[in-house]
Amino acid sequence: MFYREAGDFKVSYQEDSQTFPIKFDRFRYYVVMAVAFGLIPFLINDYWANAILLPFLIYSIAAIGLNILVGYAGQVSLGTGGFMAVGAYACYKLMTAFPEVSMFIHVILAGGITGLVCVLFGLPSLRIKGFYLAVATLAAQFFLVWLFNRVPWFYNYSASGQINAPERDTFGIIITGPNASAWATYLFCLIFLTFCALVARNLTRGTVGRSWMAIRDMDIAAEIIGVNPLKSKLTAFAVSGFFIGVSGALFFAIYLGAVEVGEAFGITKSFLVLFMVIIGGLGSIFGSFAGAAFLVLLPVLLKVVGVDVLGWPTDIVAHFQLVIVGALIMFFLIVEPHGLAQLWRVAKEKLRLWPFPH
Amino acid sequence: MSDQFLFATEVFINGLMAGVLYALVALGFVLIYKASGIFNYAQGVMALFAAMTLVGIMEGQVPFSHIINAIFGTEVHHFGWHVPALLAILLTVGVMVGFAWLVQRVVMRHLVGQEPIILFMATIGLAYFLEGVSDLMWGSEIKTLDVGLPQGGSFWIEDMTSFLGSDNFYGFFIDQLDIVATFVAILLVTGLVLFSQYTKQGRAMRAVADDHQAALSVGISLNFIWVLVWSVAGFVALVAGIMWGTKSGVQFSLSLIALKALPVLMLGGFTSIPGAIVGGLIIGVGEKLFEFAIGPMVGGATENWFAYVLALLFLVFRPQGLFGEKIIERV
Repeated sequence: MFYREAGDFKVSYQEDSQTFPIKFDRFRYYVVMAVAFGLIPFLINDYWANAILLPFLIYSIAAIGLNILVGYAGQVSLGTGGFMAVGAYACYKLMTAFPEVSMFIHVILAGGITGLVCVLFGLPSLRIKGFYLAVATLAAQFFLVWLFNRVPWFYNYSASGQINAPERDTFGIIITGPNASAWATYLFCLIFLTFCALVARNLTRGTVGRSWMAIRDMDIAAEIIGVNPLKSKLTAFAVSGFFIGVSGALFFAIYLGAVEVGEAFGITKSFLVLFMVIIGGLGSIFGSFAGAAFLVLLPVLLKVVGVDVLGWPTDIVAHFQLVIVGALIMFFLIVEPHGLAQLWRVAKEKLRLWPFPH
Repeated sequence: MSDQFLFATEVFINGLMAGVLYALVALGFVLIYKASGIFNYAQGVMALFAAMTLVGIMEGQVPFSHIINAIFGTEVHHFGWHVPALLAILLTVGVMVGFAWLVQRVVMRHLVGQEPIILFMATIGLAYFLEGVSDLMWGSEIKTLDVGLPQGGSFWIEDMTSFLGSDNFYGFFIDQLDIVATFVAILLVTGLVLFSQYTKQGRAMRAVADDHQAALSVGISLNFIWVLVWSVAGFVALVAGIMWGTKSGVQFSLSLIALKALPVLMLGGFTSIPGAIVGGLIIGVGEKLFEFAIGPMVGGATENWFAYVLALLFLVFRPQGLFGEKIIERV
């Protein structure tokens, strides 16, 4: 009844092309933002932050980044873990080299560095396509992880080969290290997520995004109608690399605090983020959120049900998780290849017609 | 001959042997890709699953014993019998055929006509699923697999070649298992070539590989062919699983050899059986020699990434691989 465009008169082009054309959606968006910024920081505690909210926020950024590359530009990448590692190590080097600079600047710079590395590994995409490219990005994954493992300069010659986030602040509030409070880390990640989502949304509906989608749909045809493949492929790699780098930096500095590169940024991380993008929906910003939320919540849920309720050993539950995630991937690809985002779209479409669907 | 040269030769030969093992895995990929256009990421996990099933059957393990124990509070682990290796291998082949049928029936049949990349992702899902199932079924601890293949260095070869160098050269160290693997690979490839050239099903398989619709119109059942192809791939996975499992134990890392087979395929081209073998040999030799010559200078363990970077560089100059069909793009 209230979910309608009817009665909401647009009097300018700007209003007509806004992200949420339906009034109810707009209010919902403001309410979500108000709750996320104004309410949750007061209610949050360490368990909620570490088990659910921080991983959700950070993986959402990574998923948006990968979605730009895979979903919008059609360049399949299996190197996400490696690129997140670049972000993490860039952030670490910056944090230790310039302790007095604000964390905001470190994280953004780390994202920029990752963007450059990503462009470098994206260069072959001009010649290699499809699967071949997917496998070629594995080169990035394995080479980068090896590099951070073997070259001591990257981990400041520490004996364990790990990197540990030192205590750093921004505007006088401690946000890394063991003394950081839950609300501060949460807000820090949330600000980055909001920023990234806004940038991604506005890029994907503008000229850049349209050239990405043209390349995705058919690159030769796009080239013939005047889309520059070099420019659009490399911008996709750069933007996606920036987001993934930011998420890698946050993952290391804010969420984990200490990282062993092979464990935290291995090939499984690449697949995890790719699954988020597939389950959420290729080529959809909302889908990135949905996919990240789904795959962050699923293990928590399974653990609660399996270990706490049924009392099974944790390893069986972990194996079940593999089975369920694998089955879900196949299920989604068969039943709904466009992911959770498409379900959401269908639901909205139904709601607009409700209660008279004909 | 200088010792340095002899050591390099030894590394070269061992690289060839390792390459044969890579080629064995890559072969399974090529088979499925040629017949159905599916890039089967789950091939490595299939090898793991096959090897685990083989061990499980040989030792008489109770499948899903962990879950049964967790639900019913019982303590079952083994049936208490031991199955001879040959019978167990036959039973495992049966399991793999059943698995092929299931995959075709439940998953792949519904995805006909989808984009290749969607199919690829579906097989990643399949890989996760199968990994979870095999852990649940047989437990995740490392198992030893012994089907009676010879192992360890061959003293005969060492004795025969030790005269080549000076006193501190003891002859070439070559694992007997690698030699067996080479023969098995030769047998397998010959068998596959004969099968696809001279049998009715083999020809149908090639027809499907050439053109789905044309094959369908002359009365070839696509469903049957795909089950057949997945079964053959399952059999190849079993062979690869036996070889790798005997070499380094049946454990999770076995499924990662699929990742190692990817650069092999890129080098050789996805559609060529000789390509898989030549690619495997190049990668095997390349990474061993690189590790031998450059590895110590940059901190070692270059085997992790060398194959990928080699394949990447190679692809930039020849995007379809050595023996792959030329990629023709039309608007």
